[in-house]
Amino acid sequence: MGDLLAVAIDAVIYSSWLFVVATGLTIIYGVMRILNMAHGSLYALGAYAAASLAGAWSAAGWPAAGTYAVLVAAALLVGVVMGPLVERGILRFTYGRDEVVMVLVTYALFLILEDAIKLAWGVESYFVTEPYQLLGTLDLGPLSYPLYSGVIVLAAVATGVGLRWGIYGTSWGKLLIAVIHDREMAAAMGINVGRVFLVTFTLGTTLGALGGALTAPTVSVVPGMGVEVIVLAFAVIVIGGLGSMPGAALGAIIVGLVRSAAVHFLPQVELFSIYMVMALVLAFRPRGLFVAVEARKI
Amino acid sequence: MKIRPGSRLPTAALAALLVGAPAAAAAQAPAPPPAAEVKPFKLGVVTFLSGAAAGPFGVPARNGAEVLVEALNGGRVPAPYAKKGLGGRAIELVFIDEAGGTTKQVSEFRDLVQRQNVDAVIGYISSGDCLAVAPVAEELKKLTILFDCGTPRIFEDASYKYVFRTSAHAAMDNVAAALYVTEMKPKLKKVAGINQNYAWGQDSWNDFEATVKALKPDVQVTTSQMPKLGAGQYGAEVSALMAGSPEVIHSSFWGGDLDAFVLQAGPRGLLKKSTAVLTCGETATHKLAGQLPDGTVIGARGPHGVYAPENELNKWFRGVYQDRNGLFPNYPAYHMAQAILGLKSAYEKAQGTGDAAPTQDAVIASFEGIAFETPSGTIALKLGKGHQAVEETVYGVTKTVGGKLTFAGVKRYPADKVNPPEGVKSADWIKTAFKPAR
Repeated sequence: MGDLLAVAIDAVIYSSWLFVVATGLTIIYGVMRILNMAHGSLYALGAYAAASLAGAWSAAGWPAAGTYAVLVAAALLVGVVMGPLVERGILRFTYGRDEVVMVLVTYALFLILEDAIKLAWGVESYFVTEPYQLLGTLDLGPLSYPLYSGVIVLAAVATGVGLRWGIYGTSWGKLLIAVIHDREMAAAMGINVGRVFLVTFTLGTTLGALGGALTAPTVSVVPGMGVEVIVLAFAVIVIGGLGSMPGAALGAIIVGLVRSAAVHFLPQVELFSIYMVMALVLAFRPRGLFVAVEARKI
Repeated sequence: MKIRPGSRLPTAALAALLVGAPAAAAAQAPAPPPAAEVKPFKLGVVTFLSGAAAGPFGVPARNGAEVLVEALNGGRVPAPYAKKGLGGRAIELVFIDEAGGTTKQVSEFRDLVQRQNVDAVIGYISSGDCLAVAPVAEELKKLTILFDCGTPRIFEDASYKYVFRTSAHAAMDNVAAALYVTEMKPKLKKVAGINQNYAWGQDSWNDFEATVKALKPDVQVTTSQMPKLGAGQYGAEVSALMAGSPEVIHSSFWGGDLDAFVLQAGPRGLLKKSTAVLTCGETATHKLAGQLPDGTVIGARGPHGVYAPENELNKWFRGVYQDRNGLFPNYPAYHMAQAILGLKSAYEKAQGTGDAAPTQDAVIASFEGIAFETPSGTIALKLGKGHQAVEETVYGVTKTVGGKLTFAGVKRYPADKVNPPEGVKSADWIKTAFKPAR
């Protein structure tokens, strides 16, 4: 029973982290049909910005509790700078091209950003340990959990609820749905598709950077940290169905549960478990669990 | 990516011209007859300059190579290495980035040998790269010195003429770790492990587990976690380790994975409830000193870094490295120094008393079975038909004194006690060499 509780708690924490990391990737694909391979670099940029800003905050002797706000501010900063820069500077010239071309363009961007990060921060590791350690731990029998994991869970819930409200509860969300459904018709009806794309990409970039910023206190921020994340995020959104928000949530929960159970009961298959789930889902539902209904165009 | 320190030459050449030219003009002495120009010894150095292994391993190794070669070329290294360069011949370094995988490294190696015409290659931190490059070195007949990779398979599964390794292989690290914890905890009952799921992590855990079980047959393994290399998130693994309440947790984690594990396990109390044995821990002590609780067992893959002996060479090496880089050298920097000094020893032994450059075959003949001095003490190539080094190794536990990280309970294990004898595979040796302690 204790084991099952540990599996459940670890699964919730890991799923929440996966959702925060993957949701930016799926929203960009859902609206813009771009599989953003540079998502891992934006995640890494969020982590580096968080480590640098939180480090400066601590060095200035300001209250340690303020580092949580610094993490979010770092993600926002990366989002509002990099989102418009990439979308206006590169992506808008490639709209209308094949999805494979977009993958290649964003992969090139990923390589450029990885080297840019090395130019800016070097190859040394950076740490921002205060936010993780400040909240302390919660003891559950022999186990002890960091309360900072609760921050990740809250961030995931807030992201999910916020996006759901933003898409289905606001007039801007209705414009977004119209663009998702048929971008040509939406443009014909007077919707500024270019602006919707700009806002969406900036939002996706901010979410990717938020994933990195919230992860930074639990890891050492090092070159290459975004590579692993893009693979995991891709697995999650493929299981859920590319471009589907509920799919990303379900994909994160499934991957989190399977990985957590594997770690506790059968650690030798942990490496394989996530990809086994992905293969099984794709074998029966080749387009993922939540397939968005597409209107047939004639 | 190729970086040549020689790119700094224009500044140096300009300075030499500005200083040297007026002096020469003033002297008005007739120029001596031109001596036969001695070509520099072109040495390819392959180490991680990008990716996760660059910060803790690759860059310190590069820094070690730069500082040592610069001093060797200037004739500023203490005895027995006072002779300039390699037997009077200047050393020219050509750096190659080890990142990119084995296929890329094989191509880079061919390029170094066939297009850049290096005289020898020192390189490879990744065991995968070592295993891939060694047969190619043999095919191209180029002297190649593996400086840091740990897999015992290089010389246990094959035999090479042109390939040498000047640091001990990984069996030593894990055998000594098992000896240390069983001596530290004579009533040891439960152990666990967390290692990366590839050759390095699997071999490390297998050697540790086998040695512990040979010494303490009753020991129970509560869990052996094998997360993916670079996973970064170890929440569930930490829970699984805690649930079994092991007295000892073995880990050969390195780089960002080691940092992340310490950062995530520390605040949850795992590293206080159980004694962690970090075989590569030395590379993390420089930045994570405040995160490691007292009593954590730290290894440095040999007598390197904080465990290096207080000999003249070490005092000198530590000093010049710190002056140039602002940090003490960690063990990859020591491993690099071993490789360069091993090459120098073999080269000058082959050269004898003359000044003529020895042939590669003569250097190889001198290299086989050589013993030479390093900042880490004497290194001897006793295994792999004289191609594989053995060295003593050291373990100790962390102890914070006055806010500063120190090491207590330091034990040194002689090379013969923690390395298999010549001709015996590590796994077979572990099964028979250790008997249950009474």
